[in-house]
Amino acid sequence: MKKEDEIMFDHNGDGIDRRGFLKCMAWAGTGTLCVMKGGVLNSYSLSALSKLDAKATMGELSFVQISDSHMGFNKPANPDVIGTLKAAIEKINALPGNPEFLLHTGDITHLSKPEEFDNVQQILKDAKVKEAFYVPGEHDVATDEGKEYLERYGKGTKGAGWHSFDKNGVHFIGLVNVVDLKAGGLGTLGHEQLEWLEGDLKGKKSSTPIVVFAHIPLWSVYPQWGWGTEDSEQALSYLKKFGSVTVLNGHIHQTMQKVEGNVTFHTAASTAFPQPAPGTADSPGPMKVPAEQLRSVLGVTSVNFVRGQKALAVVDSNLS
Amino acid sequence: MEKKVKQTLRILGIAILLVVGFDQSTNLFRSANAAPLLNPSTSNEMAAEVKIDNFSFSPATLEIKAGTTVTWTNADDIPHTVVSNDKFFKSKLLDTDQKFSFTFEKAGTYPYFCSLHPKMTAKVVVQ
Repeated sequence: MKKEDEIMFDHNGDGIDRRGFLKCMAWAGTGTLCVMKGGVLNSYSLSALSKLDAKATMGELSFVQISDSHMGFNKPANPDVIGTLKAAIEKINALPGNPEFLLHTGDITHLSKPEEFDNVQQILKDAKVKEAFYVPGEHDVATDEGKEYLERYGKGTKGAGWHSFDKNGVHFIGLVNVVDLKAGGLGTLGHEQLEWLEGDLKGKKSSTPIVVFAHIPLWSVYPQWGWGTEDSEQALSYLKKFGSVTVLNGHIHQTMQKVEGNVTFHTAASTAFPQPAPGTADSPGPMKVPAEQLRSVLGVTSVNFVRGQKALAVVDSNLS
Repeated sequence: MEKKVKQTLRILGIAILLVVGFDQSTNLFRSANAAPLLNPSTSNEMAAEVKIDNFSFSPATLEIKAGTTVTWTNADDIPHTVVSNDKFFKSKLLDTDQKFSFTFEKAGTYPYFCSLHPKMTAKVVVQ
């Protein structure tokens, strides 16, 4: 990863190019529909589906990503996370053409409590998808170093829950970057997982489309708030030979996209509450928006982020 | 003569202060040992507070005397933890308004962080 390609513009001293960031983010989406077409992944905001051309969502493979359901959260930013998660599932079920499966990119629960996991499991049963795949967020491994999480979602995974699988010729890799974090640091994959990743990719044809999903962004969104992963560059170095790599993350409770060479990065909105744009608040804590806006501010603006002469990201398809 | 009396009184006074002071510190030592996590702010104990707010510990550097019980309170809408870098002390997950206390018996510098948000770092300096 070249430093100058990063979306972080720290040279102004305020930590961020706000104009650029505000262009490529939107609040409180409930989910993302991802459609793979010819190895290129397009993503659509679920909130804009009514305006969607059915053809646009047909591809070789479609799946949905939801993130940061924070079951158990009950603060003013959203006193009803059950209701909003249910709304997200309703959106998924209203999709034209059933998505193959669902990815949850972590922070399933707020406090890693069994009853919180139970609630999410119960609600996701109503999703009309064949399967669901998960990676943990830091909130899912906070009380017991991930035991409860692994009991529920660890089957067939390695280490703290990392795993890979293939669907319709696309190779999916779920990574865990929320355990054993070091003081002062960011998200961490760790040596063992990186080794596994290198081995997992060995022998894969470079034409194989790759989708990597993990909780904390695998790109440097805003390290001052911990929005990045220490050793993501090493992980991405293993992905260089592949023509199409898509990285799906959560954690920052807002959508963001970036293209860097062969890699397209997306972060998903939360189903629970929004967080401020990088550097626009004292801290990344839950952001309170007027109640009537929480569900309705779901429209995602497309990104057409041009920095200088080099287009950084034109990824999400705007449906409005 | 008068001068001598004054001097005696002064010495006596210092001696009394010393005894009281010593007595208090031994009491403190005992009670802190007996129940380091409970009721840290009773009048006779040395106590200090750290507030967790806006994803930061404040004060970021807390200077205390040995035997002081430090209580962290999470004022954020997001849970945090208090974990020393070498795992010498480690709180459970602290949800909003929950507290964690630890009594520092030995001098030294104790850097710590939040294991969920490791950018949150601070230290306790014990004299």
